[in-house]
Amino acid sequence: MKRSTLFPYLIWMVLFIVVPMFLVLYYAFTVPTESGATWSLENFARFFEPIYLKVLWRSLRLALFSTVICLIIGYPAAMVMAGNAFERKSVVLLLFVVPMWMNFLLRTYAWLTILERNGVINVLLANLNLPSLNILYTEGAVVLGMVYNFLPFMVLPIYSVLSKIDRGVVEAAGDLGANSLQVFAKVIFPLSLPGVVSGVTMVFMPALTTFVISRLLGGGQFTLIGNLIEQQFLVVGDWGFGSSISVVMIVLILLSMAIMSFFEGEEKDVALW
Amino acid sequence: MAKKGRWMLCVLALVVFSVLLTGCKQDKPTLYVYNWGDYIDEDILEEFEKEFNMRVVYDTFSTNEDLYVKLKSGGSTYDVIFPSDYMLTRMLNENMLEKIDLGKIPNHRHIDASLMGTVYDPKNEYSLPYMWGTIGILYNTTLVNQPIDSWDALWDSRYAKEILMLDSQRDSLAVALIRLGYSINTLDKQELAEAGQLLKEQKPLVLAYVVDEGKDKMVSGEAALALTWSGEAMYAISENEDLAYAIPKEGTNVWFDVMAVPKGAQNLEGALQFMDFLNRPEIALRNAEYIGYATPNLAAREMLPDEIRNDPQAYPGQAVLENAEFFVHLGDTLKDYDRIWTEVKAH
Repeated sequence: MKRSTLFPYLIWMVLFIVVPMFLVLYYAFTVPTESGATWSLENFARFFEPIYLKVLWRSLRLALFSTVICLIIGYPAAMVMAGNAFERKSVVLLLFVVPMWMNFLLRTYAWLTILERNGVINVLLANLNLPSLNILYTEGAVVLGMVYNFLPFMVLPIYSVLSKIDRGVVEAAGDLGANSLQVFAKVIFPLSLPGVVSGVTMVFMPALTTFVISRLLGGGQFTLIGNLIEQQFLVVGDWGFGSSISVVMIVLILLSMAIMSFFEGEEKDVALW
Repeated sequence: MAKKGRWMLCVLALVVFSVLLTGCKQDKPTLYVYNWGDYIDEDILEEFEKEFNMRVVYDTFSTNEDLYVKLKSGGSTYDVIFPSDYMLTRMLNENMLEKIDLGKIPNHRHIDASLMGTVYDPKNEYSLPYMWGTIGILYNTTLVNQPIDSWDALWDSRYAKEILMLDSQRDSLAVALIRLGYSINTLDKQELAEAGQLLKEQKPLVLAYVVDEGKDKMVSGEAALALTWSGEAMYAISENEDLAYAIPKEGTNVWFDVMAVPKGAQNLEGALQFMDFLNRPEIALRNAEYIGYATPNLAAREMLPDEIRNDPQAYPGQAVLENAEFFVHLGDTLKDYDRIWTEVKAH
């Protein structure tokens, strides 16, 4: 590509990615004083107090849990869709994508009315003379919200990688005497790893930083790291502390991406990113 | 030939567009208003446009903090804004507001004198009250069969998992502080820690910490008791007649939303005319009826139906007001409140 065509992108990236990043770093490493600001690690020291670590641990745990569930549900779904036997591929693909056309907040609000005490599920249960469930405002509801919202991000990359696998490779494995389990374990799964890695990253990151889902479905009882950041900027006005939490998050995400790319191996050209 | 035709079409489209755009941009002055969502009878805006030959651009926000961030980040100029009390203080401290000339707002004489000259703006140099109210307990009379008159009800284990608290650090901590007999603006860390402890003890009983969705949950009977703002409570009661609102005897917080003019307003004259218009008794009346919050405009209040005008929950009497406290902007101490609140929620 010519250098001149790259130019607008460069400006865009500097303005909207590089400059904001430096602003976040600046606020994270300074504390305001009478005459401006001084460099300090105070904001980070505060983050490593037990209550904030507790919030971090909860965020990591819930995000990891949601990612694993998404993988368990998403992988078989992607396999079915990518399989030759399946003819209505485009319909199912569409069904996965259509909800994403609707506003994310609206979909999460909908879960409120489905899960609440006099909500859809409990009315159904009551009609069947079954005891009612208290799902809303629990950790389970938060995980459910995450899985529901982020599942497509797991299914789509796995599907796109699986559907590109050369059928010949699978058949060859069969011809050479591998049973279907071995074909899956030794051929299909290793080949699909780049898709899994993309999916895991694309679910884990938003799950780690979400604040709307935990507030609405968790009833504000399960403060996640995203809620903490939002609170610092919008309510307390402590930009320094908010920025330092954001920096910790960036480091964590970079670390997890480094671990991911280790698993990704040499199949980089198939990965989505 | 075809190419030329396409060019002509483009030019034509451009011409038509610019004519249309200039058509919108008449000589009429424009007034930019930034208010809470669903916090004005929008017909009133149209009437104002007609009477004063002005165009009103009306935008809404959902929290004080949104308003603050939007103004602070610059790039948007509004002429009239509607911050709440403590945000007014913050904006005044940061020199974000324009002085207003009360001489140009003759209708301010209708405003209740006891709601003028509050700590936030002692001489009303910058603001006029728009709506006001209290915090209290909204409860469902079919689920609660005892009279509610004390904050203790929110710590009553009979209502375990039936209680909604506000996901708002100042309000929820205020209730705990009032219950302990401390000021809701305390700067004392020990008192705050005690309040935090009280809220931690309460947490097992709490169904959820909510904000906007709280009133809908109460209307649909999802919980028995909720800490609520009076205006929200009046709305909920109008939707579900089993609900009732009580201002506990230990005391409450009285809050205001005010009208003010931000620095850099382009249409100061229009802003003052708009504030005067909103304080015309008949306009203030319609607005109060539409919104359901308590109006500070006495002339409008006189015209309200008796059952609303004399409802001690909607318009609490002098005794309640004397026992109430305003929120004061806390500056840096807000960090302590935030820490305690985070501890409660992460508990």
